[in-house]
Amino acid sequence: MAFQILLNFFIAVVWMFMSSSLTATTFIIGYLIGLILIIITRRFFKSRLYIWRLWAAIKLTLLFFKELILSNISVLLLVIRPKLDLHPMIFALPTELEQEWEITLLSSLITLTPGTIVLHVSDDQRTLYIHAIDVEDVDEAIDSIKNSFEKAILEVSRA
Amino acid sequence: MTVIANILIVTTIVVGLIFTIVTMIGILRLPDVYTRAHAASKSATLGVLSILLGVFFHFWLKEDHFSISLLLGIVFLFITSPIGGHLMGRAAYMSGVKPTELTVGDDLKEAVKEAKEQNMKRLKD
Repeated sequence: MAFQILLNFFIAVVWMFMSSSLTATTFIIGYLIGLILIIITRRFFKSRLYIWRLWAAIKLTLLFFKELILSNISVLLLVIRPKLDLHPMIFALPTELEQEWEITLLSSLITLTPGTIVLHVSDDQRTLYIHAIDVEDVDEAIDSIKNSFEKAILEVSRA
Repeated sequence: MTVIANILIVTTIVVGLIFTIVTMIGILRLPDVYTRAHAASKSATLGVLSILLGVFFHFWLKEDHFSISLLLGIVFLFITSPIGGHLMGRAAYMSGVKPTELTVGDDLKEAVKEAKEQNMKRLKD
């Protein structure tokens, strides 16, 4: 992915030199031309076209903001309820993610989503221990959210 | 145009204030460390974030000053605050703070116990 972006930059710089005008506009035109060239020659690259990974990253960010706002509303409703009726639970969640930055990203996302914070990542990095604030409605809903987050992260990191 | 800008600024700052107050109420009302960490790590993030965003909009739309350091502040807040919440919860658990009695289940207990036994064994050898 990094190689494709670098190549695209290189083509843009070459375009700037070819048209002998070193301005931002020329750079952008060169970048777009480079993008088209990379799309045409995509079967020579081993990894996926980098714009798909960029798109996946943007989708992950949007998902994250949605979950952040939802989680804050749920905490608000929980805190201002006249009678505190909580059923917290600490549960284990097996994860398929392997690289360390993926696990860090997943645990940060889990911490900022409705009703869950990560307490511990097991030593072999296969299990996350998560504290859920209310088991009743969360336990199953959470697993689906986890799946969506995990899937989105895999979508970004897949070669 | 100024009306729209005013509405934007006032809404973001009021939302930030509401969530900061919710954080405070949550820390006072909730029963134990872990449930308080929920209120502290989530609402505080969005609260401070909306206030910063409101200040950013104010300087951008009314004073014509595009402040990049405010945007950087928002990004840094996003990176650090969940890690802070996680580390405090973990440190509390590892030093033996009991969760509240309302807690239904605890999967972490066995894992911690096993790890401690293995450590003891390693020390003996």
